[in-house]
Amino acid sequence: MSVELDDTDRAILRLLLADGDMGAAALGAAIGLSQPAAWRRVKRLEQLGVIVGRQLVLNRMKLGYEVVVFLGIKLAAKGRVGLEDFERAVSAIPEVQLVQHVLGVYDYRIKVVARDLSDFERILRRRIMTLPGVGDVESNVLLSEEKSSKPSI
Amino acid sequence: MLSTAELAAQAGMTVAPCWRRLEKLRKAGVLLGRRVVVDHRALGYAVQVFLRINLDKTAPHAFNEFLAAARAVPEVETIQTLLGRVDIRMDVLARDLAHYQDIYKTKILALPHIADIEALMLVSEVKNTEALPL
Repeated sequence: MSVELDDTDRAILRLLLADGDMGAAALGAAIGLSQPAAWRRVKRLEQLGVIVGRQLVLNRMKLGYEVVVFLGIKLAAKGRVGLEDFERAVSAIPEVQLVQHVLGVYDYRIKVVARDLSDFERILRRRIMTLPGVGDVESNVLLSEEKSSKPSI
Repeated sequence: MLSTAELAAQAGMTVAPCWRRLEKLRKAGVLLGRRVVVDHRALGYAVQVFLRINLDKTAPHAFNEFLAAARAVPEVETIQTLLGRVDIRMDVLARDLAHYQDIYKTKILALPHIADIEALMLVSEVKNTEALPL
């Protein structure tokens, strides 16, 4: 399951994580490979399932989404509502960007984007609290976020 | 991700005006670029733990000292500061549970000003998108 990478693969991944727009020519120039050789390396990383895909990075502030809230959700009356029903319903909410099933004090961790706090309140009351099987909900508003090193690379 | 040609076809326009629209969104700072999504499991990091941490706020500079020390731990992938019941949230990546336990004991618990710490372990990711309800 685990893939062996050499130093060149790691260098390519680090460059791509810093700037997902880098093409094979720029990658090759940065690490001393020809463009076709760099392209083959990237293709191989995709085929091995190391690079899963590419996502567009949007400036949510410019689009009017100023608030990000992380919710911890505990399901009530376990067994009554299937996890699948909850997962399907929560995933269908457009303001929900991330749904993670977790072990610990909560059952699910979800990330909600909202225009402002009153928009968030609307989403929480109308869409989250009405989900099938939802029990205890804890909200934490995101103040800052930093992504640091990738230990696996 | 769609190429400009595929995007144009789906939006029912030709490539040139589609490209111009994307360029306009880039110039306006709405489109910031592309992000490569890497699967840590394929690289042997099978365990992802979310730590929820409360700091001892009676200590002066608790936040800054904690954040500076946490940044230096290579297995800490994301650090968030929050407003609510939890002060800090961190994503920790580890090869397996034994590796996680070692990181937790030697690196996480050594961080300054921790008052309380709770862990959630990722079982599965049901949804992960950057899409906004536009």
